[in-house]
Amino acid sequence: MSQAGGNSRLEQCFMDLSVAGRGGLVTFITAGDPDPDSSFELLRRLPAAGADLIELGMPFSDPMADGPAIQSASQRALSAGASMVRTLDMVARFRADDKKTPIILMGYYNPIHRYGPARFVNDAMQVGVDGVIIVDLPPEEDEELCHPALTAGLHWIRLVTPTTGDARLPLVLKNTSGFVYYVSIAGITGTRSAAASTIDKAIKHLRRHTDLPLAVGFGINTPEQVAEITGIADAAVVGSALVTEIAANLDTKGKAMPRLADNACALVSRLAEGTR
Amino acid sequence: MGTDKSAAASPDSYRSGPDQHGHFGIFGGRFVAETLMPLILELEAAYNDANHDSSFQADFDYYAAHYIGRPSPLYLAHSLTNQFGGAKIYFKRDELNHTGAHKINNTLGQILLARRMGKTRIIAETGAGQHGVAAATVCALFDLPCVIYMGKTDIERQSPNVFRMKLLGAEVIPVESGTGTLKDAMNEALRDWVANVEDTFYIIGTVAGPHPYPAMVRDFQSVIGREVREQILKAEGRLPDMLVACIGGGSNAMGLFHPFLDEDLRIIGVEAGGLGLDTDKHAASLTGGVPGVLHGNRTYLLQDEDGQIIDAHSISAGLDYPGIGPEHSWLHESNRVEYVSVTDAEALDAFQLCCQGEGIIPALEPSHALAHVAKIAPDMAPEDIIVMNMCGRGDKDVFTVAAALGVAL
Repeated sequence: MSQAGGNSRLEQCFMDLSVAGRGGLVTFITAGDPDPDSSFELLRRLPAAGADLIELGMPFSDPMADGPAIQSASQRALSAGASMVRTLDMVARFRADDKKTPIILMGYYNPIHRYGPARFVNDAMQVGVDGVIIVDLPPEEDEELCHPALTAGLHWIRLVTPTTGDARLPLVLKNTSGFVYYVSIAGITGTRSAAASTIDKAIKHLRRHTDLPLAVGFGINTPEQVAEITGIADAAVVGSALVTEIAANLDTKGKAMPRLADNACALVSRLAEGTR
Repeated sequence: MGTDKSAAASPDSYRSGPDQHGHFGIFGGRFVAETLMPLILELEAAYNDANHDSSFQADFDYYAAHYIGRPSPLYLAHSLTNQFGGAKIYFKRDELNHTGAHKINNTLGQILLARRMGKTRIIAETGAGQHGVAAATVCALFDLPCVIYMGKTDIERQSPNVFRMKLLGAEVIPVESGTGTLKDAMNEALRDWVANVEDTFYIIGTVAGPHPYPAMVRDFQSVIGREVREQILKAEGRLPDMLVACIGGGSNAMGLFHPFLDEDLRIIGVEAGGLGLDTDKHAASLTGGVPGVLHGNRTYLLQDEDGQIIDAHSISAGLDYPGIGPEHSWLHESNRVEYVSVTDAEALDAFQLCCQGEGIIPALEPSHALAHVAKIAPDMAPEDIIVMNMCGRGDKDVFTVAAALGVAL
C-alpha cells in the first residue's frame, strides 16, 4: 500500500509553505484539455512555473457547478478522447518525475460511479493522487466514496460556501481532510469575484471551526488577487483564468498552438508572484 | 457501503418512499454542490410544513378546480376500444387542463410553495416547452418574474411554445452549452440557482432532481391518480386491471401510478424508443441505460463507458431526456412496474389513430402510451379495463408530425 505514512505529501506541502512564510498557489486544469499531449506537457511544467498544488479536473459532460470556461475545457478534453483511465494515467506519468507536488482530482461523481468507487480509490492511490474534490457529493452522501477514500488514505477535500451556515458547518468539516476549499461566492466558476473584506471575514470565521489549511477559490484571476487572498488564507485557487489562457492558445480548428504551454506557464508564474 | 439496500426486496408498501434521506432503495438522494445543500434542506422543511397545513391543500384545490379545470374527465374511448377489440380503454383526459398538459398540476403546487417561502423570482427548465409554458402561466397568475432555460436546439424545434412563454411574460434564455437540449437547460437552471440563492425558487418540471423534488412533484401530480380512482369506481364499480402512461422524466406516470402502487393491478410505463433500442437514438433510460448520478439524484441514465451522459433522442421533445425519475428506477428494480418502449414510428401511427378514431389530437408523448395500448389491448378480455393517461394535447406537435409524414404546411 502506498498509504501516506507520517506526513502526507499534501500535509508536507502546507507545512513547507508555512515555513516559507507564504501562501500557496493552487492551479486548476482539466485533464486532456485541449488534447492529451498538450495537457500533459502543461501539467508537467506547472510546478516549475510556480504551482504549489495542482487540481486536475476529471472531464464530465454535464459540469453543473462550472461556468463557460471550464465547461468548454471539459468539452474539448472529451472531444479529444479524455477518459478516467487517461486521467489516472496522466497522474502516473507526472508522478514518475515529481514526487513532491500534491495532485487533487476534482470533478463530478458520475464518471467515478461508472468507473466503480472502489476501483477508483484503489487506482487513484496507486498512481499517486493525493486527494479528491467531488462537487456533487455533499456530506449527506458520504457512504460510498468519502469513507472508502479516507480509509485508503486519500484526502477528502470539501467545499465550504457562503451558504454553509454555522449549524451545518460541523457536518461539512467532519470528514474533510487535507485542506478546506472555501468557495468565495455563491455561484459557478469563472463568473464574479467576492470582495477581499468579505472573504477575510469568512476565513476568520472558518478558522475558529477548523485547524485545517484553508484555500480560497472562485473568481481569482490576477496576481493582485492571489496576493490579497494568500494574505488572508493559506492558498489561492486559480482555475478559469488558466483554462481561458489555454483556450486563447488554440487555432481556429481548436488545435493547440505551439506556445500553449509556454504561455500558460507564463501566466502561472505571474500569478505565483502574488504569493511571494 | 450500503449500496444494495434495494436489492429487489419486496416492501410492505410501494407507497412509503422515499426515506428521510430522499432515497428510493439506492435511487434518489441529494447529489448537489454544497452551495445548494442548505437550499434543498430549506425546501424540504418548507414542503413538509406545507403538507401539514390544510390551507395549503385548500389553495391547491381551489386553483386546481377553478383555474386548471380539474377534475379532468375519465373518458371511455369507445371507438378505439372497438377497433382494438379487447379491453375497455379509458383515457384520463389531462390534456384538457389549462395549458394543455399535466405539467400545470406541478407548477401550481410549486408556485404556491414558493410564495409561502417568500421567494420572489422563479426559474425553470424546459424541453418541449410544456413545462416552461406551465411555469410561465402560474408566474403570470401570481405576478412573479419568471426565467425559463431552454436548449437552443429545442427553441428551434418548438418555436410556438417559446412565443407562448414570452406572451405570458417570461424571459426565455437559450442554452447553447452541451447539445442545447433539456439536460443542458437543467444544468443551466441549476447554475442560475447556485448564483441566486437568496430570492430564487427553482420549479423543476419532472419527478427528478435532488430530494425533495421527486417526491414533491409526484405528490402534486398524484391528483391524477386520485381522481382516476374515484372516477373509475363510479363508472365501473371497481379498479382497473391496468394503468399505462408514457415516461420521459416520468411525472405524469408517477402521478397516475402512485395512488395504485399497492393495488392488485398491472402498471406499465412506456419509454421513448426513438429509432429503436438497437440504435443509439432513443430515450429509454430504464431499458437502455445504467444507474448513475446526474442532476442531483441517482437513477438510470443513458451514458457511455466513461460515465459521460449521452444525448437522448425521441420524436417527442417531452420524452427527450437521458434520465428518469429515481422512483421509477426503484419501481423497475422492484419489479412493481413494467417498463417497455415504443419507437417514433409506432408513436406516430398511434397519434394518427387517435386523431381519426377518437377526434382527439394527442401529444406525441401519450401517443407512445397509446401505441403500447394498441399492442396489448387486443389480447385482453372485453371485461378488462385499461386506464391510459392522455397527459397532453398535440397542437404543439402538428409541425413535427407534418414533417415526419412528409407534409409541407
